[in-house]
Amino acid sequence: MSANLINLLMEATLQTLYMVAISTLIGTLIGAPLGIFLAVSRRGELMAAPAANAVLGLIVNATRSTPFIILVVAIIPFTRFVTGTSIGTNAAIVPLTVATIPFVARLIENAVREVDSGLIEAARAMGATPIQIVRKVLVPEALPGITLGITLTIVSLIGYSAMVGAVGGKGLGDLGIRYGYQRFMPEVMAAVVLILIVLVQLVQTAGEMLARRFDKKAPKNRGR
Amino acid sequence: MQAQNMSDQAAISFRGVGKSFAQKGKDRPVTALEGIDLDVPRAAISGIIGRSGAGKSTLLRMVNGLERPTAGQVIVNGHDVGAAGTAELREIRRSVGMIFQHFNLLATRTTFGNIALPLEIAGVPAAEIRPRVNELIELVGLEAQANRYPAELSGGQKQRVGIARALATRPKVLLSDEATSALDPETTRQVLDLLKRINGELGLTILLITHEMGVVRDIGSHVAVIEAGRIVEQGETYAVFSAPSHPTTRSFLKGVTGVVMPRFLAERMVPDYAPGLQTVLQVTFTGSHATDPMLARLGTAMGLEVNILAGAVEEIGERPFGSLIVSLDAEPERLATARAFLHDHGLRTEVLGHVR
Ligand SMILES: Nc1ncnc2c1ncn2[C@@H]1O[C@H](COP(=O)(O)OP(=O)(O)OP(=O)(O)O)[C@@H](O)[C@H]1O
Ligand SMILES: [Mg+2]
Repeated sequence: MSANLINLLMEATLQTLYMVAISTLIGTLIGAPLGIFLAVSRRGELMAAPAANAVLGLIVNATRSTPFIILVVAIIPFTRFVTGTSIGTNAAIVPLTVATIPFVARLIENAVREVDSGLIEAARAMGATPIQIVRKVLVPEALPGITLGITLTIVSLIGYSAMVGAVGGKGLGDLGIRYGYQRFMPEVMAAVVLILIVLVQLVQTAGEMLARRFDKKAPKNRGR
Repeated sequence: MQAQNMSDQAAISFRGVGKSFAQKGKDRPVTALEGIDLDVPRAAISGIIGRSGAGKSTLLRMVNGLERPTAGQVIVNGHDVGAAGTAELREIRRSVGMIFQHFNLLATRTTFGNIALPLEIAGVPAAEIRPRVNELIELVGLEAQANRYPAELSGGQKQRVGIARALATRPKVLLSDEATSALDPETTRQVLDLLKRINGELGLTILLITHEMGVVRDIGSHVAVIEAGRIVEQGETYAVFSAPSHPTTRSFLKGVTGVVMPRFLAERMVPDYAPGLQTVLQVTFTGSHATDPMLARLGTAMGLEVNILAGAVEEIGERPFGSLIVSLDAEPERLATARAFLHDHGLRTEVLGHVR
């Protein structure tokens, strides 16, 4: 493989990492509070707001059921409004983030709902406010689940980011299509796939390690 | 609104309390509690006992406003809990600790962290939290487990964390919802001893609910029996246990106090007296008489032969309580005299039947 190709692969990997990192960051910053809100605003819950919950749930479902490639095209005007262009790595981050928000929100909602309701009851009995319950009980106790949810989000984003080649998003997926498929260079395709596998493995392993560290439920040897 | 002369007032009063829950898809709500009138004495340990679904948890949860009454009033330390606004309710909750059957400890916090939680919630400065938590850890004897997570603790240790946590904000009242139901008898014993100790040391009012009469017998000075949402019997544990008036109380007491009728006897017993039959009598000993050799004196004073068929002596609320099943060979008049003799000496008797 030529030095030129290796440079291309390096560049594409960095572009992918850049897109994934930024959309995970922004998507989680917006999606996590929404997920928590979805969990605690159901009927009879801590901050019951069933109407708002239903509306938000509907929006989340609608976004999640739109195929990603259609989402990319559908929100081009919005992308252009935000980044000033509809082409390029930065432009690709917009649809990636928009797709990440509901994804993260649902995963975090599930993680928060897994928290034993007895803990909420105990905190209420201590005189905790709903905000205190979220901050001191729900989020810390759901942290292992939240970590796994974000891990899954990153893994999915690595896949999605390969699709944004369609709007000139660059990155590994784009490289694989242009060189590996269109110019018929199977070694490039193989290298791209290999890098993607390694990336996913790394993220998955790191995420699981982190989640295990946060999880105090199962007794284990902590070197004490 | 504080009532005057708090000391001789009940710590918690239920006045005509009712609670019904709206049911999904049905017009008629479920009535969980009805017409509850109960005074929980200050600085004492009181038990509420009842079968599953009787309404015990609902009653207890009204004391700290986790549940609001749909009728009547619940007064805790002078506050009307049902009418309290959000801020007042939080204030009340900080003066009422609660422990739970399944402990409800945060898995992600150590013993220390769990006990610190109510203090953090109450906005206690960090510098004051540490010494207070250490004090509580010492109180419940968990020094060696201070930095362990709940998953690394035994059930009894977890409940002790729960107790320390409940006491963190120096409450005046402690509520216990089946706190020993998930524990083995030995551990139950230890937790009950701890509750009794803090009741004495801190002058804490403890209200506990349970379906085990043994718990009330061991540490409760007062008891209320609840059945299908109503209180059917209440009073000092000793009085209720030695003379239960309601069938529910009696059935709870079976096997907890007194004696079980031996089968061979029960099978042969007939209800009516006939000449040649012996009378089977249950004699209940209460108070100081429990240790008096009253039956022996019955023999010497009246020349009656007394056969002891079964018996048990135990402690209720730290007072001795015993009951014996005896048979006497006495015709009705002599039997009446013998019973009168026993009654005069503070014993209670009940004719159970007759055997040959
Ligand atoms: N939130 C609720 N909604 C509807 N019904 C309820 C609710 N909470 C309790 N109930 C009903 O009220 C009654 C009393 O329940 P409660 O939990 O107080 O019983 P309990 O005596 O504590 O029983 P257990 O010993 O099984 O814990 C039951 O019939 C129960 O189904
Ligand atoms: Mg209950």
